[in-house]
Amino acid sequence: MITVSDVNKRFGKLEVLKSIHVDFKRGKSYAMIGPNGSGKTTLIKCILGMVLSDTGSITVNGKPIANDWSYRNEIGYMPQIGRYPDQMKIGQIFDMIRDLRQNQGGIDDELIKEFKLDRMADKRMHTLSGGTRQKVSASLAFLFNPKIMILDEPTAGLDPVAVEILKEKIVSGNNKDRTFLITSHIMSDLDELTSNVVYLEEGKILFDDTIDLLKEETGELKLGRAIATIMKRNINDMERV
Amino acid sequence: MIKIAKYIMYDILRNRFVMLYTLFLLLVTFSMYSLDTDPGKATLSLLNIILLVVPLVSIIFTTIHFYNSYEFIELLLAQPVSRRTIYFAEYFSISLALCAAYILGVALPMLVLNFSESSLYLIMAGLLLTFVFVALAFGASVSTRDKAKAIGVALLFWFYFTLIYDGLILYVIYSFSDYPLDKVTLTLVSLNPVDLARIIILLKLDLSALMGYTGAFYKNFFGSNMGVIYSILFLVAWALAPLLLAMRKFEKKDI
Repeated sequence: MITVSDVNKRFGKLEVLKSIHVDFKRGKSYAMIGPNGSGKTTLIKCILGMVLSDTGSITVNGKPIANDWSYRNEIGYMPQIGRYPDQMKIGQIFDMIRDLRQNQGGIDDELIKEFKLDRMADKRMHTLSGGTRQKVSASLAFLFNPKIMILDEPTAGLDPVAVEILKEKIVSGNNKDRTFLITSHIMSDLDELTSNVVYLEEGKILFDDTIDLLKEETGELKLGRAIATIMKRNINDMERV
Repeated sequence: MIKIAKYIMYDILRNRFVMLYTLFLLLVTFSMYSLDTDPGKATLSLLNIILLVVPLVSIIFTTIHFYNSYEFIELLLAQPVSRRTIYFAEYFSISLALCAAYILGVALPMLVLNFSESSLYLIMAGLLLTFVFVALAFGASVSTRDKAKAIGVALLFWFYFTLIYDGLILYVIYSFSDYPLDKVTLTLVSLNPVDLARIIILLKLDLSALMGYTGAFYKNFFGSNMGVIYSILFLVAWALAPLLLAMRKFEKKDI
């Protein structure tokens, strides 16, 4: 569904992505894992067209995304930090994005109801807590039944009840023709939500396969420990060099 | 574009800073006309304040607003809209909101207190200056990711056009006073939007003699109508050039 081939990106002297090749297939859910600053968010932003890669190409449904914006009709994105114009009301944000999208997939306002945002439609954005803003972002991402869901640290800042609601939504929406791309530092969440792992470190992909295979390879039962094993292995490798 | 601009403009109009700006303009306009019995002189005093305040507020507010809506622009970029649409929606919502403040604060009271041709030109000059300086602020904001740096550059634009530039012109005229400088000064004046706005009003107020050498020459050269048209055209160019340059940068920018 999303094919990234040979993408390089540098910000000044810093090489953020180094020759990234990765294929996100339809109906699979991917966990993007990596230390801070490993390039996860940059890769996501490349896919969304916010960051333009220096070389290489990205295609969504076989079409290259360069100089095109219509492909974003199929993407729901939940950013790491959601900030909205201070004086706008919650209801207005939803209205505006609804105006912008041609909803082919129909509206899915389940999350708005579950998070009880519809009762707060008249609240202004600057009065909201960080967690409530995250709820708005999550609801927006799911609102148009997009085929591709990109969630950047979706559970950060949410209260336990909201986390469960969101996780349930992700699992229930996880079906044959939907692709999920989730970054998080909470391994137990990813263990529940995703089937594949893309492990990034210093702008390179070091592992790209199913979680089961990763666990088998490292001999661990939990994703968190398996990732820790890989990270340690890499550190040891580097020390040896 | 209108769909996005509508919502952003609503947000800006409710902004406390814009409300204060409107109130300040109202206060200045009323006090100028009630302090001075000669409406021509009052317009002139008002002109001097507007030429300082409108560019300053436009450029600073726009820069700060741009950086505050960074995450929001990010969210919009994840939607199926082109970058150009988002860019123009941001530009027009900010400039139209500031224009609305200006119309409420200066234009309406002026039309009530002192309706004359020169007032109309003062109103127009203020609106044009808003568009110019909002565009310049976009140029500054799009060029760097650092908010403090962008505000610095924006302030520098303001200092340059309202204070430094006049000094430079004076210096040039003074040091080359032995040569015929008519056309040179004319060109130099065209390179500063604030001077252009000032000329429009001065020509209309028939006070060009007050502006000394350049004003007198300007009037002579163009006659007042041609001079006004010339100034307006240049002011429009002053808005369009930075606006389009910044747009090209924004389209290639990593957000």
